[in-house]
Amino acid sequence: MSSSLASRRSTGQPDIATATPPQPPRRPSQSRTRSNLSGWGFATPFLVFFLVFLVWPILYGIYMSLTGKSLTGANDSLIGFANYAEALADADMWRSLGNTLYFTVISTVPLVLVALVMAALLNVGLPAQWLWRLSYFAPYLLASTVVSLFFTWMYNPQLGLINDSLSKLGIPKVAWLNDPNVAMWAIVIATLWWTVGFNFLLYMAAMQTIPAQHYEAASLDGAGAWRQFFSITLPQLTPTTVMIVLLQILASMKIFDQVYQMTAGGPGGSTRPVVQYIFETGFTGYRLGYSAAISYIFFGLIVLISVMQFAVTRRRRA
Amino acid sequence: MATPTLTRPTPRTSTSEGLRRPRKKMTAGKIAALVVAAFIAVLWLVPFAWATATAFKTETDAAAPKVSWMPPSGFTAEAFVKVFQDGNIPLWTWNSFYTSAAITAITLVISALVAYALSRIDFKGKKVLMTVIIASIIIPPPVLIIPLFYQMLALHLIDTSWAIILPQVIHPAMVFVLKKFFDQIPRELEEAAVMDGASRLRIFTQIILPLSRPILAAVAIFVFIGAWNNFLWPFIATNDGALLTLPVGLQTIKSAYGIQYAQNMASALLAALPLILVFLFFQRQIIKGVATTGLAGT
Repeated sequence: MSSSLASRRSTGQPDIATATPPQPPRRPSQSRTRSNLSGWGFATPFLVFFLVFLVWPILYGIYMSLTGKSLTGANDSLIGFANYAEALADADMWRSLGNTLYFTVISTVPLVLVALVMAALLNVGLPAQWLWRLSYFAPYLLASTVVSLFFTWMYNPQLGLINDSLSKLGIPKVAWLNDPNVAMWAIVIATLWWTVGFNFLLYMAAMQTIPAQHYEAASLDGAGAWRQFFSITLPQLTPTTVMIVLLQILASMKIFDQVYQMTAGGPGGSTRPVVQYIFETGFTGYRLGYSAAISYIFFGLIVLISVMQFAVTRRRRA
Repeated sequence: MATPTLTRPTPRTSTSEGLRRPRKKMTAGKIAALVVAAFIAVLWLVPFAWATATAFKTETDAAAPKVSWMPPSGFTAEAFVKVFQDGNIPLWTWNSFYTSAAITAITLVISALVAYALSRIDFKGKKVLMTVIIASIIIPPPVLIIPLFYQMLALHLIDTSWAIILPQVIHPAMVFVLKKFFDQIPRELEEAAVMDGASRLRIFTQIILPLSRPILAAVAIFVFIGAWNNFLWPFIATNDGALLTLPVGLQTIKSAYGIQYAQNMASALLAALPLILVFLFFQRQIIKGVATTGLAGT
């Protein structure tokens, strides 16, 4: 073990190892023990927080999910997998999980495509870059509460700007947040406005790393702007796109704030995501143990999705 | 000694950002792109504009059934005055500011330290530690709200700022981002210091940290924005009105003011202002931050 450590180190710094012959017998052993100490020393502050506020809650949450624990203090005893069994038979849990997945599917597509379009437009080399960047990205800086206030006001069926504009175009009024068939889409629109700027910046950064020679060569060959976009830009962006889709799916799965603030999960539970269901069973239903069980079913689903994504990207690279 | 390697990469990225390709004259395609870009920009600015227009109306005009950009009774700052008078917005802004600043400070210190160890020091268990930290990136924070709440209860931290701050300082993705940056710093820079017998901590604070300012700034901005805008955890961690952060406080305003549209929009705009100002000042760092730490997501 010690020799492998030493050799790994010396491959990293061949000069030091060979250039300091005066004290060879003492130095290696001393610095190795010291580095074990200092390595863990540097890691300790993070580890303390990591163990106390991440690892412990995860483990304790698993324990809680196996008990009938409630906020009122009753029944701390272990009840095995009863909470899980109940959750799996709970139509409300499945519905909220379904809403979360539905939101994830219908939000990811526009959140990636619109970001790509925004970045591609700016990549043409438009004047006043800062102005476009600012307008596309600024909403990302807002708190969810601000976004919700803005959109609840704009979605207002009678007084809202959106219905008013639509009616000028001859489109009948829509009960944006009150129609179970429309409410989730209203949330998606608000979310798109709010967060697309982040993906946009990722795309913009990636486009700037594509070497200009590619485009120069292509235009010498007579390729137009569209051709260049589809034959050079898009293929070069594949790894970025994979990453953005991955991050977006994980972010969308966590949806809670906007929904809770704009529709409170309604109408009729049609927008209630699983995080809200976890929150409600725990804090308004006082069933901490049951709520924890739902958390872990949700967590399991996220792990599953992450593993699947990882497998897919692995295969693409291979 | 450190400056040449620090300054060299910075101008390179900044020039490549602005003038990557030589600007040519406006072609038809460029004009079309400009029109579409402007159209999207207008769509994206409408919510701000409409909120501003509403905030400067009288409540009567705001609630009038006829939607208008130009209110019949003219514009007034009445709503802002009322919102400011009840004093909550300044208090919540302050609460958001110091909790976010504390979260950012603690995150930076503990993440940079562990990232340095992972990047530069060989120690037993390093690989395991690295794997555990990377794996923890996929843990969705909402999963932990129930046990964390119970933990805060047990520690008697509920309804203190610590309950908001402490669980938000672990950012495994940021550790990873910092480690990757440290990896790129040439080892030769440390060699002289090692020969002189400088301690690890000294090397870290006097060589590594000064060289890492851009990435530290990026991580700081990111963590700060995330903490400032976080809703779910502060919402659960505090009920004490004096401790509410801006997003949580705003949520209570909506029900308190009921249908006072102008006041609602005035509070929303006042709440949005600080981070918009931060963005105007740090535009370049934020954009670069997204580019380099983008992997971290939200």
